[in-house]
Amino acid sequence: MHALALLAASVTVVGAIMVITRRVAVHAVLYLVVTLLALAAVLVMQGASFAAMLEIIIYAGAIMVLFVFVIMMLNLGQTDSTREKEWLRPRAWLGPGILATIVCAELLYCRRPLSGPAPALAPITAHDVGLSLFGRYVLMVELVSFLLLAGLVSAFYIGRNRMGRH
Amino acid sequence: MPAFSFNDTLLLATALFSVGLAGILVRRNMVFMLMSLDIMLNAAALVFVGAGARWHDATGQVMFLLILALAAVETAVGLALIVCLHAHGRPTLDADTGNLLKG
Amino acid sequence: MATFLIPILILCPLAASLITFVSAGRMDARGIGMVACAGVGISAVISIILSVMLLSGPVTGVLQVTLWPWMHMPGFSADIAFMLDRVSMLMILVVTVVGLLIHIYAASYMYHDPGIARFFACMTLFVAAMLVLVLASDLLCLFIGWEGVGLCSYLLIGFWYDDPANTVAARKAFYMTRMGDVALLCGLLLLVTATGGSLRIGTVLAAVANGQLAPSGINMAALFILVAALAKSAQIPFQTWLPDAMAGPTPTSALIHAATMVTAGVYLIARLHDLFAMAVPVMALTAVLGALTLLMGACTALVQSDLKRILAWSTISQLGYMFLALGCGVWQAALFHLMTHAFFKALLFLTAGAIIMRAHHEQDIFRLGGLRHTMPGLTAAFVAGASSLAGLPLVTAGFYSKEMILSGVWSAHFNLTHGWTLSGPPLWGMALLGAFLTALYIFRCVFIVFCGKAGTGAAGRTSRLMSIPLGCLCILSLCGGVIEMPDTLLPLHLFSGLLDPTAVLSHTHQPAWLVMAGAGAPLAGLGVAWVLWGRSSPVMREIPGQAPVICPVRTGRGMDALYHYAFVQPFCLLAWLTRLDILNHAVTGTGLLIQTASARIFRARADFLGRLAIQATRMIRWAGHLLGLLHNGRVRWYAAWIAGGLCAGLAMAVLS
Repeated sequence: MHALALLAASVTVVGAIMVITRRVAVHAVLYLVVTLLALAAVLVMQGASFAAMLEIIIYAGAIMVLFVFVIMMLNLGQTDSTREKEWLRPRAWLGPGILATIVCAELLYCRRPLSGPAPALAPITAHDVGLSLFGRYVLMVELVSFLLLAGLVSAFYIGRNRMGRH
Repeated sequence: MPAFSFNDTLLLATALFSVGLAGILVRRNMVFMLMSLDIMLNAAALVFVGAGARWHDATGQVMFLLILALAAVETAVGLALIVCLHAHGRPTLDADTGNLLKG
Repeated sequence: MATFLIPILILCPLAASLITFVSAGRMDARGIGMVACAGVGISAVISIILSVMLLSGPVTGVLQVTLWPWMHMPGFSADIAFMLDRVSMLMILVVTVVGLLIHIYAASYMYHDPGIARFFACMTLFVAAMLVLVLASDLLCLFIGWEGVGLCSYLLIGFWYDDPANTVAARKAFYMTRMGDVALLCGLLLLVTATGGSLRIGTVLAAVANGQLAPSGINMAALFILVAALAKSAQIPFQTWLPDAMAGPTPTSALIHAATMVTAGVYLIARLHDLFAMAVPVMALTAVLGALTLLMGACTALVQSDLKRILAWSTISQLGYMFLALGCGVWQAALFHLMTHAFFKALLFLTAGAIIMRAHHEQDIFRLGGLRHTMPGLTAAFVAGASSLAGLPLVTAGFYSKEMILSGVWSAHFNLTHGWTLSGPPLWGMALLGAFLTALYIFRCVFIVFCGKAGTGAAGRTSRLMSIPLGCLCILSLCGGVIEMPDTLLPLHLFSGLLDPTAVLSHTHQPAWLVMAGAGAPLAGLGVAWVLWGRSSPVMREIPGQAPVICPVRTGRGMDALYHYAFVQPFCLLAWLTRLDILNHAVTGTGLLIQTASARIFRARADFLGRLAIQATRMIRWAGHLLGLLHNGRVRWYAAWIAGGLCAGLAMAVLS
């Protein structure tokens, strides 16, 4: 494992841990962006540059901006920060920590090291992904479009309802 | 030899998934719960891409795209709900207060 | 041949729809009406050109055009493809020509409505969706049109959305037809498994003919498609949405009843008649349901007092005739009746709209009356449509199409399984009774509205723009039927030769009294109607409305009440039970019961055994209570339980 890969992986995990321990929402969002950027680097090292680009553009770009906007609308302040501190007492970490550790340990135990032929070096390009996406999986694309439409309608409805009452 | 073997990918994904799970269980603020959910989704997507790279199949990245769309929808609806709750007098965004659907 | 005309045929109304929709508020009412009429008019001209080209070609000629492949993947492929054969040629002629006449009428009728742009956008979209439906050569492409028609009917029925009753009616139509859409999708999926991944109509029919689908599969697919057609065409048990669809503007009703929406079901079965011919039980079911619907519709129309509702129920009844013909295998007759029905039903609706408009929006036939003096032109038009609907012999189009159906039904025969058979004559008897009732109810309406004492005063006059379509439809509904005649009168079979030139119908010689009976029934109905309602001193003006049988029929709410008790109430009951949380109470209640019971039993003997039993039952109760505590409604706890389940599952996988 290269040093760069190790760096990217550790930044990813540390960033994720920082996300779930922050008290201020904006800090968490920034750490999440760092996590996603490091994850994009991991994806590039796996030869999936197309997925990495999407990760940066859509995830770290669009979805995180959505988070930032909503946090701005929520107008969080000092009281929220202190309340978070109150909620995040060490005792609260006990149960979830144990549970997550068990899951992690079990998953690691289940993982069998692969000993197959060395993977091909040729990266998978956007061309391959496009051919596969609009060839074998075109029905999936239609279904995802349904999902996006449903999400659009429901998000619109929830927002509109709020405007109607005030 | 690529920088990342499939085994390393699984290791990283497991770590990310566990961190996200712990985040969901421990945080009471719904914004943080959504972020933890995104971390977990990313871990799952990472496994797909890693498997695609390992067996040189574009399906992995197709699944990554679908998970991306799913995450976008989930985030949009979740954030809309949060904004709605915030406007309806639940400024603490405490997930534990929304328990009207109890058994 | 010029296949490029087929996409243009669909694009014209679509473009008109887009233009009128975008130009809402920017264009005046006259311009909007002109754009809409031009869009439908151009496609009417194109459909006439295409028909001429098709008829001048070889007899089995079919125009095929594939616009683009929609989706291709291993195991399934679908194209946006259109096909013009003689069946779809008839349909596009009916849709565009009748649609054009209705649009011209509507341009005048809706002139002062503020939402005219929205109205015409929906109307032209309706025509475009119907054209997609009838031209599609791929069943999935047909499904687009099928859904589009449903959507447009929803938009148009709820056009005046200010009144909640209208939106309720629109929703009802949408839900009712939606059930059929689900059934259609199921049927299509079944057919895909047979053909191995293509839904081209030709491929599907060939696969069915080659026996690639088991007989039970054919029956299931035909049954699903039949349910879809029943829902779209408002047959039993889905008939309740159509009368409520009167909430829309009158031209909409004319379009739904005559040219577009309800004929889709008839077209679908006629298009897939080879599939249905191999599913004999489904055919018998179609015929029986059609016969029942036609009688039910006619009986209900007889006791209605709302002018538009009478026409709505008569549509249901006439569609019953078409389904009866389809069930008996004479799909040519069904399409012939579809065509003549489009003419006279459009005429009746448009005339009724003009009458209602001039009579200050009075729809109750008992408050109208004596209109023959004040609006003679409309009277003539309505009487022409009514005679065609009743099928008065020789002079009307309805007579010939109904005669064709009756003769086909007479010679039908179904060999059901296990020696059960169903022969045509009983169905023929029902159809003949239906013909009698049809003449009775429509002439009841005619005599009450146009004869007798003058009711609500009439105002204004019918504009010329509205009279022109009425005149055209008058001529069509009187003379449109002479292209096909019973053998007894004249061996003229232009229509069936047009539809199916290769396989000429086996014209079994039928006794002349069949035709005489078919001609006599409407005349008898007319006579009875004259005696009951027409004479200067009518026997009875109104059927008593308080009778327990008639009251639910008149309002048409009988079926709704049935649905309410059969489907809605059980759901409400279930929801109510779930809200009470019976299970939780049952667990804790049982624990309490056991505890008290054991306490009673062991009270006398306060020994170790008794104490043990009491403790045990107390623990059971506590366990129930603890189980209830798990459902605390906190989402984080639920997530924790999911994670715990994940742990347990993984542990089992690891340890095993």
